[in-house]
Formats: sequence, C-alpha cells, structure tokens
Amino acid sequence: MTVTIYVPRDSGALALGAGKVADAIASEIRTRGINAKLVRNGSRGLYWLEPMVEVETSQGRVAYGPVTAKDVASLFDADFLSGGKHALSLGDPEEIPYLARQTRLTFARVGITDPISLDDYKAHGGLVGLEKALTMTPTDIVRQVTDSGLRGRGGAGFPTGVKWKTVLDTPGELKYIVCNADEGDSGTFSDRMIMEGDPFILIEGMTIAAIAVGATKGYIYLRSEYPHAERALNEALAVARKAGVLGKSILGSIHAFDIEVRMGAGAYVCGEETALLDSLEGKRGQVRAKPPLPAHKGLFGRPTVINNVISLASVPIVLDKGAAYYKDFGLGRSRGTIPIQIAGNARYPGLFEAAFGLTLGEIVDKIGGGTKSGRPVRAVQVGGPLGAYFPRELFDTPFDYEAFAAKDGLIGHAGIVVFDDTVDMLKQARFAMEFCGIESCGKCTPCRVGAVRGVEVADRIAHGVEPEKQIELLEDLCNTMKFGSLCALGGFTPYPVMSALRHFPEDFRPHPVREAAE
Amino acid sequence: MKMQSEDVGITARATSIVDEMKKLEGPLLPILHEIQNEFGYVPREALPVIASGLNLSRADVYGVVSFYHDYRDQPAGRHVLKVCRAESCQAMGGDEMADRLRDALGVDWHETSKDGAVTLEPVYCLGLCACSPSAMLDGEVIGRLDEDRIGEIVAEVRQ
Repeated sequence: MTVTIYVPRDSGALALGAGKVADAIASEIRTRGINAKLVRNGSRGLYWLEPMVEVETSQGRVAYGPVTAKDVASLFDADFLSGGKHALSLGDPEEIPYLARQTRLTFARVGITDPISLDDYKAHGGLVGLEKALTMTPTDIVRQVTDSGLRGRGGAGFPTGVKWKTVLDTPGELKYIVCNADEGDSGTFSDRMIMEGDPFILIEGMTIAAIAVGATKGYIYLRSEYPHAERALNEALAVARKAGVLGKSILGSIHAFDIEVRMGAGAYVCGEETALLDSLEGKRGQVRAKPPLPAHKGLFGRPTVINNVISLASVPIVLDKGAAYYKDFGLGRSRGTIPIQIAGNARYPGLFEAAFGLTLGEIVDKIGGGTKSGRPVRAVQVGGPLGAYFPRELFDTPFDYEAFAAKDGLIGHAGIVVFDDTVDMLKQARFAMEFCGIESCGKCTPCRVGAVRGVEVADRIAHGVEPEKQIELLEDLCNTMKFGSLCALGGFTPYPVMSALRHFPEDFRPHPVREAAE
Repeated sequence: MKMQSEDVGITARATSIVDEMKKLEGPLLPILHEIQNEFGYVPREALPVIASGLNLSRADVYGVVSFYHDYRDQPAGRHVLKVCRAESCQAMGGDEMADRLRDALGVDWHETSKDGAVTLEPVYCLGLCACSPSAMLDGEVIGRLDEDRIGEIVAEVRQ
C-alpha cells in the first residue's frame, strides 16, 4: 500500500524550511525503496510547529513537527510512516488543542487536502455549494448570501449580499467578479493561506458570485509579494478549466465564466477597492471618488462585484449548508466565523478560525499564549497598519465589528500583532504616519501632505520640542486626515496614531520626564 | 555604437512583448511585468514603444511606471533581498535585524552594492507574520530572521 506523506507548500512553512524537508523525504523514499507518495498540502496554521509533516496511517493522520531536514532520516528510522514514536511526535493533528478549539468553516480543508487536486477537493465536500447554486435562481443565491449575515472580510464589513444584489439589479451585458487578493496589512496572512492551501474554494466562491449576478469574467488581483499563491492559483485554475468547473459551460450548465490572475506591483493602496480597479485597468492605483459605486460602474465602467478573498471563500459553505447554518455562528451583527491571524511577538502565532465573540484577551493570552519573548504584553495592534493599538485595559473587548468600532478600533482583516513591553508607542505612531506617506496614492491632500507633516510632528515630540503644542497639533492633524481623506489609508491612519497617544500617553512625554519616571 | 545596438535590441524585444500582450483587458501592468521580467528593469527606451502600442501618451506610461514600487528604472544587483519593515516584524526585532543586514552588506535601502552583488529593498509585509521577522531573497521566503540566517544570506549573496 502506498503511504501518503504531507509536507506543506505554504509559504510560511517554506520560510521555515519545508522545501528542504520535502527534498530530504523524497530522497529517503528513493534510497530506502519505500512505496510512498509525497503531497504538498496547505498549512494547518500552527506556525510554531512548522514545518509540520503528516502521515496518513491506518489509524488516521499523525503529525510531526517542527521538522528540519536533519530530522528526516531519524523519522524514517522511527517508522513514522506507521505513526512510530519520535521526539517530534504530535499525534493526531486534529487533537492539538489549538486546532481542536477552532470552528473551521472557511478553512475546513486547508492543511488536509492536496490544494491542486480537484478529486481531493470534491472528496472533502468541495463543489457542493456550486452545484446547489446552479439549481437556484440568481435572486435566491443572493438571498442566501444576504441571509447568512456574511460581511466583507477585507476590513470594511459591508454586507456581501447587499453588494451582490446591487450588481444583480444593475443591467449590463458584461459584468465582472473581482477578487481583492491584495492582502497588504501587516499581521494578516489568511488570504495567502487559502490561496496556497485551498485555491479551489476561492474559484468556487467566485463562480457562485458570477452565476448570482450574471458575470462572465473574473479577476484575482494578487499582490506581487505572494509568488507562491500565484503559482497555486494558476495551477488550480488550469485544473478547474480542464475539468469544466470554469469555461464556456460551468459543470455542463448554460453559464460561462473564467478567471484570470493579475499581479499587483507593490502598492499598498491598491488594496482599496477603487484603486485596485484603476490598477487592473492599467492606471496608477489611485482612489476613485464614490459614487459611482463599483457595483454600478466598476471595472472598465461595468457593474462589478469586488470582494475580499475570505468573503468569497466563505460563500461555498453558505450555499452548501444554508444561510441559517452559517448565521448561527457569531454574535450581534457579526455572523459566521472569522479567521483570526495571531502575529508579531506571540508564543503561538498562527491562524485561528472561530465564531465572532472571543474577547481580545482570550485571543492574545489564552490562544496566542502571550509573548514569544516571555515579557508582558503591552499593546496589540488589531486590523493592520490602519488599526488601533489596544492596551490590556481593553482586552475584554469582544471580537465583533461593532464592539471594536465602539472602542475606536477596527477588526479589519482580523490580524492581531502582539507587542511586548519593549515597544515604544511614539515610534509606532510615527511609523503609521511614515507608512501612510510611503503608500499614499497622492490624490487627496489630507493623506498626501498630512502623513508627511505627521512624521515631522512625531519627530518634534521625540526631540522634546514644545511637546504639549505638538500633541495638540497631532490631534488636529489626525482629525483632518480622518474626516478629509478620500479613502481608508488617510482616513484610518489616525487610528494607530490616536490610540497610541490615548492609551500610552507616557511614551509621548518629553524624554527627561520619561527618564525621571523610570 | 554599442549603446545604440542595445537600444535597438530593447525596442525590438519590447515591441514583440507589447504586440503579444496588448489584446489583454487592461494590458499595461502585465506588459510592464513582462518587460521587467525580460530586462530586469523597465528601460526608458521601452516607454515610447508601450505608449504607441497602447495608444497612450509617454507621460501616462511614465506616470504608471513611477507609481508602483516594484518597477525599477535601472537593473538590480545579481541578488535582490527584500526585508519586511512592517509592524509584525517590528514586534519581533525586525528593525535590528534590518540594521545588521545593512551593515553586513554595506548597502542602504533601495541601493545596490558596489560589486553589483545585491540590491536591498524594504517591503511592507510578506504575509509571513507568524514567523517574523521575515525576508525574501530572489523570491525565496525566509522566516524568523536571526544571526544565523543573516549569515547565510550574506554568504549566499557574496558567492
């Protein structure tokens, strides 16, 4: 019998040496003459255990990790192909508490299947949502998505079904589905993990969207920092076309749809949906004024659905299990599950998909295990470079769109970056302004000029030049940027800046005072 | 004379790329990617070719090229090292690792070393935030940058 060994192709695992581990395993298989097959799966998202190698044994999957190339020979010696004991044994991966405590709806297959095997995808419940959608009217598909309560996972939290309904109701001979895969927020990697670990779910979600609104062409706008995701997507798209999942007749139906991957060119602002559309059209990635909405006049002026990767990847399960099933998870107006990404100085960094409602403290302390450095957690930035810094005092905030907004923060794309007590919050506030300056598209003044002035003000505070006056100026500047900017880049940069100032005022005091206080 | 023949070569190759790709919807970024892929940068000589092929002004094309961080106006070193400078990597001592790399390689951000061995570029997130600090050397991802890994990177680019 052929034994199947899994070594992730996920770039997080590759960054920790998974490629060398896979090579070493392939070489041992050859020299020992063993009948085994090597599958390059996605990552389970337990990055402190990556590279995590799994073996399909008669008793189920058995995991080992973190494995280095040097460990490989000893794994064979310990008969890991039959689940033999080894210092790196982790047992049944599904029983590792970090994984066992999750509710994996969107990430159900990631780390389990071969990402580019359509048979594997179907064997694990893939395409059921699409098959159901093909029997439904467009209005019914849109209603299911609306009723599920799914909101845009890219950060804005806009109801996905409402977007789709607008496009459905807008007449047009040519409509587009655009997937925003420009995952540029620091601390986020869930889009990347899905695209590398289960690309078919994104293809399925986009195809359902196409049937729902009557679109025939789809684009995945992918950031250029993700070459491994590009490879996985293009491999999966080729398989999907060959199998008739995409093309002139989707699964033998009257619907035609195809998807193309387009690479960005290193501009953060292209994650903003209208800048993304301009970039796809071949222009500078500058933000458009709204209205018109992309749903009315989007890509090349055509009605366009533009959704984040995770939003689209959550659609197949909604169609498969029904709106009520999905909506049953979560709380308030935040329904379903959210793939939380724990990053930065965390002991257990990784992906944790759960229903909305865990508190920030539970996520950081219990799931993330506090800091990797072992020092106290001082601040966590939630929602990327435009998200607020939260102090411990706000750790009781439940992970929910409205609860975070009420605390002057945002959950954004659900990335959480943990900082220990060595962090200098004035430096972080300065960086937020610096980043806005580097990435501003330049179209509106509050963002383009405000960011540069913000860095200067932060530098004056750091040098102790009229600090009280400068702090007042910083607040005023943030106010102008928040209300005067055209998009979230300039409009949300005040979140990290003002939260740092409000919750960590001691870091903004002049140095002599700070030194005296210490 | 040599320069002139190089110019002709660039124009000819850029023309064939434009002709092949201009049928795409929104062809400009894919064309620029292909040109950079071909030459290692976007040569000035290619801009009028693109402009006339796509019926744009040269200023339009230049405006797009200069907007995006990825496009270079001159060739990079033999190796390209991108080091993440964003928050998750900052939280794990990324700034210090970046300083050490700059010292060890003798280059600052956006610079190419004098021997042409390496170009150092800042990047704002590689999506490797669960193994910060991170970097990318010639497209290969590197996680948990530390002294040892910095040593390996320096050795590789110096080879």
